[in-house]
Amino acid sequence: METFLQQLINGLTIGGFYAVVALGYTMVYGVLKLINFAHGDMFMWGTLAGWGLLTTVLAGLTDMDLVAILVTAVLVMAFIGMMGMTIERVAYRPLRSAGRLSPIISALGAAFALQSVARNVSHARWRTYPQGLLKGLPTLRLTDEVAVSGLQILMLVICAAIMIGLYLFVQRTRVGTAMRAVSLDHNVSRLMGINVNRIISIVFFIGPALGGLAGLLIGIYYGSFNFTLGWVFGLKAFIAAILGGIGNIPGAVLGGFILGISETMVVAYGPDIGLANASAWKDAIAYVLLIAILIARPTGILGETVAEKV
Amino acid sequence: MALLELRNVSTYYGNIRTLKDISLQVEAGQIVTLIGANGAGKTTTLRTISGLLRPRTGEIIFDGTPIHLLPAHQIVYLGLTQAPEGRQIFPTLTVQENLNMGAYSLGNNRASIEANRSRVYDLFPRLAGRKRQLGGTLSGGEQQMLSIGRALMASPKLLMLDEPSLGLAPLLVKAIFETIQAINEQGVTVLLVEQNARAALRLADYGYVLETGTLALEGPASELLHAPRVRQAYLGEA
Repeated sequence: METFLQQLINGLTIGGFYAVVALGYTMVYGVLKLINFAHGDMFMWGTLAGWGLLTTVLAGLTDMDLVAILVTAVLVMAFIGMMGMTIERVAYRPLRSAGRLSPIISALGAAFALQSVARNVSHARWRTYPQGLLKGLPTLRLTDEVAVSGLQILMLVICAAIMIGLYLFVQRTRVGTAMRAVSLDHNVSRLMGINVNRIISIVFFIGPALGGLAGLLIGIYYGSFNFTLGWVFGLKAFIAAILGGIGNIPGAVLGGFILGISETMVVAYGPDIGLANASAWKDAIAYVLLIAILIARPTGILGETVAEKV
Repeated sequence: MALLELRNVSTYYGNIRTLKDISLQVEAGQIVTLIGANGAGKTTTLRTISGLLRPRTGEIIFDGTPIHLLPAHQIVYLGLTQAPEGRQIFPTLTVQENLNMGAYSLGNNRASIEANRSRVYDLFPRLAGRKRQLGGTLSGGEQQMLSIGRALMASPKLLMLDEPSLGLAPLLVKAIFETIQAINEQGVTVLLVEQNARAALRLADYGYVLETGTLALEGPASELLHAPRVRQAYLGEA
C-alpha cells in the first residue's frame, strides 16, 4: 500500500509534465490538424534555455532561488513562445494549402533543426542544473513511509494551474472561443471576422510557451538532461495526447496522467510480474498503451467519433 | 451610388472559369435576389464577394471601398456579412457562443454586442430559450435561424444569405422569409441567393438570374416573376 501511494504521487508528478507538453500538441492539432513534431524539441529548448540562464546570467541569484527561477520562467516562456510563432511562420504557413503530408515533413525538419542546434550548443553532453535549487521546501510526510517532497507539490500545483488556466482561457474568453471556432472551420471563422492567421499565431505562442515552461520545470526536477530529451519525452507526451483524444484539451490532461502513472507503476511492480529490469520497460509501456488505444478506440479516450461529412 | 457593386468579375477554380464577367448592383435598403439552378455559380458569387475566393479579373466595391483584394475577415469589419450555404454553424459551440463569434469584429464593445444579441433573440425567440445548448443539437430550422442571427451580430450594412430555405419545411420557409423582410425593414440591405425562385422574387425588390456563370437576366423582381423565361425555367410553368 505504501509503495502504491508513493508511486501514485510520483506518477502524478511525471504525468503533470506529460500533460502540459501534450497540451501543446493537442492545441496545434486542433487549429491546423497538424502534428507539430517540433513541439517536443521546443520543450527541450525550454530545458536548455533555462539551464543556460540559471548557470550563467542568473547564476549569482541562486541564493534567492525562487526569484531566479521566476525570472528564468518568464524569459524561457517568452523565448520558446516566439520560437513557436517563428516556426509556424517559416515552416508551416507557406505550406498551409499544400495538403497534409508536406507540413508533417516540414515539422520533422524543424524538429531535427532544433535538435541539431541544441546538440551543438550543449556539445552533446549531459548538462546539470545548479544543485540545491528549491531544496529548502519542506517535505510532507503522509505516513512513515510515504513522503511528498515540496518540489513535487510545487510541480503539481504549477501544472494544475497551467491546465486549469488554459481550460478557462479557451472556454471563457473571446480569443479562446475563436480558437475553438478556428479548429472547427477556417473559412466560416473568416466570415465571422476572425483573423485566422493571428489565432494560429497565438496558439503557436501559448502551446510552446507552456511546453518551454514544462521543460524548465523538468530540468529543475530531474537535475540533468541532454539534447535528446525532446525526442524521447516529447514523443511520449504526443502519445499522451493521442491517448486522451488529440485536439481535446481535457483529453491531453487525462492522457498525461494515465501515461505517467502507468510508467511509475511498471517500474514499481514490474519485478513482481517477472520483469527483471523493470525500469528498462518503462518506455515500452507508452508504446503498448498507444497500440492498445489505436486498436480499441482510435479517436482516444475523450475523442469524439468523427462522422464523415456527406 | 449602390451599396455593393460588382464590375466584370470573373472567378476561377483552377483553370475553370466559374463566374464570367458578372456585373451587378445592390442598392442600399433593398432586398436583391440572385436566383439560378444548381451549379450556376450563386454560392461562388457570394464566396467571391466575402473574400473567400479571389476574383481573377474585375472589381468589387462595397460602400465606396474596393474589397476584392481584402482578406475575408477584414471585409466583415466594413459591414458585410454572410450566412453561408448549409448554415455552417459551429456545432460544438453553444448558441450564445455562436452569436458571440458573429460579433467578433465588434471586439470588446459589450454594449453593441448586448444590443445585437437581444435583437437576434427578438427576431428568433426560439433561440432565446436555447442559449446554452450546443449548436449541433438544434433542429435544421433553428440552425438556420442561428446562422442568420450570427451574421446579424456584426451590425452589418449588407447581409448576404445563401439558400436560407434549403431543406426546411414549407411552414419554416415562410417564417424565415418573413424574418428576412423584418430584418430588411430594420434597415439592413439583403442579398439573397435562392433556388426557391418564386419565394425569393416575391420578397425581393430586384433580381438577377444566373445561368452557368453568367448573368442571363435582370430586372425588378415583380417583372422577373412574370418574364416567360423565368416562368419556364425556374417557376416550373409551361
